[in-house]
Amino acid sequence: MMMRSMLWGQPVRRWQDRLRPNFWDLVAFPLLFGLLALIVVGAGGMTKPFDLGEPQTISLDPRNLPYYALRTVMRMLIALAVSFLFTLIYAAAAAKSRMAEKILIPILDILQSIPILSFLTITVTGWIALFPGSLLGPECAAIFAIFTSQAWNMTFSLYQSLRTVPLDLQEAARMYHVGPWGRFWRLELPHAMPNLVWNMMMSVSGGWFFVVAAEAFSVAGQNITLPGVGSYIATAIDQRNLLAVGYAVVMMLIVILAYDQLFFRPLLSWSNKFKPEHEPGIDAGRPWFLTMLQKAGLVRLFRIGFAAGGQIWDQTIGAAFKRGLGALGVGRGAAMDRVSSTPRWVERAYDGLLLLVAGYVVYRLGSVVEARLTFHEVLRVFYLGFLTAIRVLVLIALATAVWVPIGVWIGLRPKLTRRAQPIVQFLAAFPANLFFPIAVALILRFNANPEIWLSPLMILGTQWYILFNVIAGAASLPQDFQYVARNLGVSRWVWWRRLIIPAIFPAYITGALTAAGGSWNAAIVSEWVQWGATTLTATGIGAYIKEASNDGDNARLILGTLVLCVYVILLNRLFWRRLYDYAAERMRLDDV
Amino acid sequence: MADTGSLIEIDHLYKTYPAADRGDRLVLDDVNFRLVPGEIVAVLGKSGSGKSTFLRIIAGLSEPSKGDVRYRGRPVNGPVRGAGMVFQSFALFPWLTVLGNVELGLEALKVPKEERRKRAEAAIDLIGLDGFESAYPKELSGGMRQRVGFARALVINPDVLLLDEPFSALDVLTAETLRGDLVDLWRDRKIPTQSILMVSHNIEESVEMADRILIFSSDPGRIRAEIRVPLPRPRDWNSPGFRHIVDQVYTLLTTTPGGAAGKRARGEPGAAEGQEFAIRIPDAPTQQLSALIDTLMEDRYKGRADLPDLAEYQNLAVDDLFVLLDGMQLLGFAHVGGGDVELTAAGKAFSNAEMDERKAIFGNHLLRNVPLAAHIQKVLQERPNHRAPASRFLNELEDHMSEEWANDTLERLINWGRYAELFAYDYDTETFRLEDPEEG
Ligand SMILES: Nc1ncnc2c1ncn2[C@@H]1O[C@H](COP(=O)(O)OP(=O)(O)OP(=O)(O)O)[C@@H](O)[C@H]1O
Ligand SMILES: [Mg+2]
Repeated sequence: MMMRSMLWGQPVRRWQDRLRPNFWDLVAFPLLFGLLALIVVGAGGMTKPFDLGEPQTISLDPRNLPYYALRTVMRMLIALAVSFLFTLIYAAAAAKSRMAEKILIPILDILQSIPILSFLTITVTGWIALFPGSLLGPECAAIFAIFTSQAWNMTFSLYQSLRTVPLDLQEAARMYHVGPWGRFWRLELPHAMPNLVWNMMMSVSGGWFFVVAAEAFSVAGQNITLPGVGSYIATAIDQRNLLAVGYAVVMMLIVILAYDQLFFRPLLSWSNKFKPEHEPGIDAGRPWFLTMLQKAGLVRLFRIGFAAGGQIWDQTIGAAFKRGLGALGVGRGAAMDRVSSTPRWVERAYDGLLLLVAGYVVYRLGSVVEARLTFHEVLRVFYLGFLTAIRVLVLIALATAVWVPIGVWIGLRPKLTRRAQPIVQFLAAFPANLFFPIAVALILRFNANPEIWLSPLMILGTQWYILFNVIAGAASLPQDFQYVARNLGVSRWVWWRRLIIPAIFPAYITGALTAAGGSWNAAIVSEWVQWGATTLTATGIGAYIKEASNDGDNARLILGTLVLCVYVILLNRLFWRRLYDYAAERMRLDDV
Repeated sequence: MADTGSLIEIDHLYKTYPAADRGDRLVLDDVNFRLVPGEIVAVLGKSGSGKSTFLRIIAGLSEPSKGDVRYRGRPVNGPVRGAGMVFQSFALFPWLTVLGNVELGLEALKVPKEERRKRAEAAIDLIGLDGFESAYPKELSGGMRQRVGFARALVINPDVLLLDEPFSALDVLTAETLRGDLVDLWRDRKIPTQSILMVSHNIEESVEMADRILIFSSDPGRIRAEIRVPLPRPRDWNSPGFRHIVDQVYTLLTTTPGGAAGKRARGEPGAAEGQEFAIRIPDAPTQQLSALIDTLMEDRYKGRADLPDLAEYQNLAVDDLFVLLDGMQLLGFAHVGGGDVELTAAGKAFSNAEMDERKAIFGNHLLRNVPLAAHIQKVLQERPNHRAPASRFLNELEDHMSEEWANDTLERLINWGRYAELFAYDYDTETFRLEDPEEG
């Protein structure tokens, strides 16, 4: 008879065997304890005393860079953790309650279009007041800014997934008496996991850009610099030290590589487990870090500890929480598919109330702006927004012209696709603003027109989304279509028009939409750049907001932000969304 | 008046779903039913007749609009303890292993961990999944997946098994094996389950398994008939007794009591105008219709066929066959009755004709028998530019049926009309236009 014992649902060797140190422990041991030590060091630096106005010095000695990088990474991770928590609560509330949904989703839509610099500038004084005399204040402000660059996207993703949980799984869960609490953790969240993880990883990629921007900023004439790669770069710019910029770029390369290997790949591969079917071709092998996490005895020991801890938690605090929820009536009546029981007039009244509140908020913001600014100024800001909009659209068009053919070329070659995708993902994660100083130096050198030559910076970091999605779209084109096309001997033009463009269009739109959104945000960093004492500006709403933020002029900042939101939301609604719907409706390949 | 002998009692059950804009849609109409210990009951009916709704209400997953549902004498107002359910789509959690999926039902019952594991393993062994405990559902074939579905239902030791087309997604052989295994377990009392209620769309499957077969009629769903199956088990599909009951079920399923389609098929007058305008058109593609008509003209049948034989010969699922028969009847190409189908003179003419003539015959019958087609053509002829938007007809249809049905009906009519070249339809602009205005 074979000796069997059960652990995590697998017939396995005896558990002592599984915990015995093995090869993977050689890797796991130093790595995990190293990480622990780094966290301790980084956390110590975050709580140092600090007063507004106190000069913060960043040393350009490259030996300090690893420490700065550590601080940057920690900010990132904290922001990510907070974003994740926010996402769980916000999205769950929006998905579960229709009343909540009506407020939360429009708010999210607006939040999504507010540039992070506005968040940073408006909230920083509050954060500093919250932790007087400690670096924790500005630190929180920066983390909050990074949070704002990630959370909305993740929340939307989770909200959408929560609303598309397959009906049969929901019924199975109910049939087997899994309560609302259990349903969230056992059914809804797992179902949402692949999308959420993918979105989270993409958000982090975008986040690096803003980490760099959020570490060195000025409020009301006061410069605040938090130790990190971003402020290192800012200092290098201040001192016109191109070599230091180079060091920072190399450091960031290493950081992102580590992020990719230790975080992105393992998490992505792990999240495949939650997909209902195997997706061939997507899996690019098992990441070594994940293998280590699953194989090393040390890690297993941790997991047993966690499992035990989890059980204790479940039986004590978790149970109390559930009772509390039950007492509040949450999840009651969800057992049957009751038709909404809220009377119609209650809903009407609720809608009316929401409109009133929204109107009041707009009115208050308007009066802040109106008290200090003229109508003429408002018009001018709309004009500036228009200029930036033109830039964004022209750049997207240019990026399309360049990357669509390349993306298709890559996407039609499966081997190449497998190799190219990680590289493109890596490029998308790399904070493009690190290259700004180089671009500025070049513009100054050749005396180029900043109105034109600053613009490409906007799309430097976001163009990859287009490439990335086009590759994915072309790669998913069924082989049959290509055979048919070749068989019919269609011309190059027909091949593009009738086959390739329809095939990649939905994916392309998604990419272009993401790229455009990112470019608006990047406008603020790229329309106003410095090199030493020289400042280059391009006329646009980004530069307007940046200047308002530098001067601590809240009225202008609010006006700029409002107008920018209007542009982003209108463009999304009237342009991208329509294209997207069109693509979804007319250019699907799945039901031909 | 609860009689304690029954596991499930249903009295005067009604279920309505809110329709798109106006009124409600009656899906179940005055259904009465008893499930007693020791029997297997199968529920048959056309697609959309409310079989799943019926099952879900019994399971406590859906609320009745009116009427009593009792389980062991107690009113049902939530998922019933003591009932295990198996789904057509398996409904397994992809992120849980086989063992995890099976344990799920026990977890909520607060069974201690050790016992949970033991019972789950026992259920897995019982259903023949030994050795697959740590596999994920996506690693398994359809048949294996459904075995997990059964193990998950059986592990809670249910008194009643509720099955919603559990074998429909499986291939014929796999379904047969699993069906046999289930009946054996139940007959040999290896599982504590007393009774099984199964929704099915496979007639032979139902006759093989059930002691009683309930036949649902559609629009609204009612229990139209009940057939007892007094055959000894195991049952032989080819025995005369078996075939006789199969024939009986076919007959019951294909006689539409007083339905509009039936009336017109029998050539009764008064179907042309008024609200008769809004009849539902079956989802019968023209290619399949003509293929079936051609088959009926083959020497094997010579214009008349026994339905079970036809279904087998054409390898058609009964649901698909019924839809085609509905289409043929609606157009006046065939009569269905007594478990047989017979081509009309028009059907035979259609079969003997060449392509163009076929289209003409089809068009004529479409105009004559489907008032909506005549209506659309009339509107197109009256309009100076011979065009009309689809929304115009959709609105009219929605006065008589739900938005969903209206969409389906119009879409199917477009397909028939295109084939007959009665009119053309432009998908992008959603407008009808006369194919050949001059001729009109
Ligand atoms: N949640 C719902 N809301 C509105 N209508 C519904 C809902 N569920 C079912 N229906 C409608 O009720 C009718 C009966 O559906 P049901 O699923 O019970 O039919 P069925 O007999 O199981 O059909 P099938 O054989 O296709 O599974 C259908 O017309 C369907 O459109
Ligand atoms: Mg059904």
